[in-house]
Amino acid sequence: MAEADIFSHIETAFPGTIQEQHSSHGNDTIVIDRGDLLTVLSQLKEHPDFAFNLLLDITGVDFFGKEPRFEVVYHLHSLTHNHRLRVKVRLTEESAELPSAASVWKSANWLEREVWDMFGITFTDHPDLRRILMYEEFRGHPLCKDYPVNKRQPLVEERDPITNPWHKG
Amino acid sequence: MAEAAAPLLPTQQEVAEHDPTSEIMELQMGPSHPATHGTIKFNLTLDGEKILNCDVEIGYLHRGFEKMCEQRTWNHCIPYTDRLNYASPLINNVAFAITAEQLLDVEVPERCQYIRVIMSEISRITDHLTCLGMAATEAGAISVGFYLMESRETLYDLVTAVTGARLTVSYARVGGVTHDLPHNFAARVRTAFADMRRILSDCDKLLSKNRIFIDRMSGVGTISPEDAISYSLTGPLLRATGVPYDVRKAQPYSGYDRFDFDIPTGTQGDNYDRFSVRFEEIRQSMRIIEQALDGIPSGPIRIDDPQITLPEKKQVYGNIEGLMNHFKLVIEGVKIPPGEAFQSVEGANGELGFYLVSDGSGRPYRVRVRPPCFFGMAALGEMLRGCLISDIITTFGMVNMIGGECDR
Repeated sequence: MAEADIFSHIETAFPGTIQEQHSSHGNDTIVIDRGDLLTVLSQLKEHPDFAFNLLLDITGVDFFGKEPRFEVVYHLHSLTHNHRLRVKVRLTEESAELPSAASVWKSANWLEREVWDMFGITFTDHPDLRRILMYEEFRGHPLCKDYPVNKRQPLVEERDPITNPWHKG
Repeated sequence: MAEAAAPLLPTQQEVAEHDPTSEIMELQMGPSHPATHGTIKFNLTLDGEKILNCDVEIGYLHRGFEKMCEQRTWNHCIPYTDRLNYASPLINNVAFAITAEQLLDVEVPERCQYIRVIMSEISRITDHLTCLGMAATEAGAISVGFYLMESRETLYDLVTAVTGARLTVSYARVGGVTHDLPHNFAARVRTAFADMRRILSDCDKLLSKNRIFIDRMSGVGTISPEDAISYSLTGPLLRATGVPYDVRKAQPYSGYDRFDFDIPTGTQGDNYDRFSVRFEEIRQSMRIIEQALDGIPSGPIRIDDPQITLPEKKQVYGNIEGLMNHFKLVIEGVKIPPGEAFQSVEGANGELGFYLVSDGSGRPYRVRVRPPCFFGMAALGEMLRGCLISDIITTFGMVNMIGGECDR
């Protein structure tokens, strides 16, 4: 599907939801509101014209000092049509939360855990939102721009893995 | 009183009634388990030896790759990418360079593209040989492990001849590669491949129809194509389920559309298919390398643009403009215009993607890696449900988690 096509298809499929659209460096991008996120994502996956069945990546970007501060970026690929799309949601620091896509793609579960771990962005209705790369006692979210690169962490009490396994939450 | 006098040993009847396999047991395996090559923890829920649930805990090798990259210039990130998937560092180098070049809107010379293809494919072979050799060793076929490691060593000799290092190669640069291939490289590759074809055929005979090996691998760690797609699996894991998705064919980069090669697929999505797919991919990679060596054009190996690539050493030591150019590029870095790009390559374990955001300074604003084995680990619990503890070893070996890449 050509570039112009995909935007016009999206335009007809989701009238009024696309805040911004552009195509740069070969990547088509749409920016949507977080309220529309789940409907748009599941439509993009299910609709035969799009069929974005492979969720490549979910990640965050911290534009510290700008407003809105966070961007959550979804990269989608369609195995049927062999096209790609980037979906972005912008979030302010005060309400850094958005609905979880774990019900649409199973891989979203771990990806969202990582975004939460690294940026402190919460995902509502996530089945199991806990840290994934860092440990439970870690303070702060390391990929935020206001987390100093040389910051030290406090010593952690030894945890008995039998009586207090942290994976039980 | 009667209770205190009760015998210490259970009675015959108690033994008969008590079935230890009916108990649900929790077992924590790892993080440093001798049978798993990689630091990872499995929180298992077991019914006897059957796995009811497997919760995978990763992050033990997290070094803050993405945070570190934000502190360095673009080219300083290249050595860090070596340490992502250290079984195939050249692919990571190339992936990062390609994405940065996409942000710059430049294309590297044709010879550089060929060199990148050749070195990526050699890396893919070394990665697959590591994975298959280790998996065979863990399943008991230790001689296969030795043969494949020996074969890998001949390839590491080639990598050393080109880059000067076995693992920490740092070979690619934004806008090219560091240096050209050595003069007798094609002949050395052909000799190494003749040797490797013999070893591969030996190992094929030792394993492919080996009853013990098939029993350990076949029907174990199965995942359906639908689940594989939903878990975002790519690479050999997805192709083993029968989905012929390969980034080199679907979204060609670095001139992969010039070469003729097949995408091997499986049918069952089990460990045996993953093994076979990887085995066949080694042969396909050799095909690509041979075509590339036949067709490689002469010419420059990097972009001729003083804003992007370093000047010749003769210029640096010979005149002030060259010296200044070198100084500015090393200290301030390549100035990449503001923007964002996502580009992926076919890594050895699946789709390796880089999402780079630039703010126009000499340093990346955000570097994100899409690590292929992260998704394999997320799906591991699903693959292992209903399997036995011993199946963890073969399945984990076939997912081929590389800690440096999964945990970054």
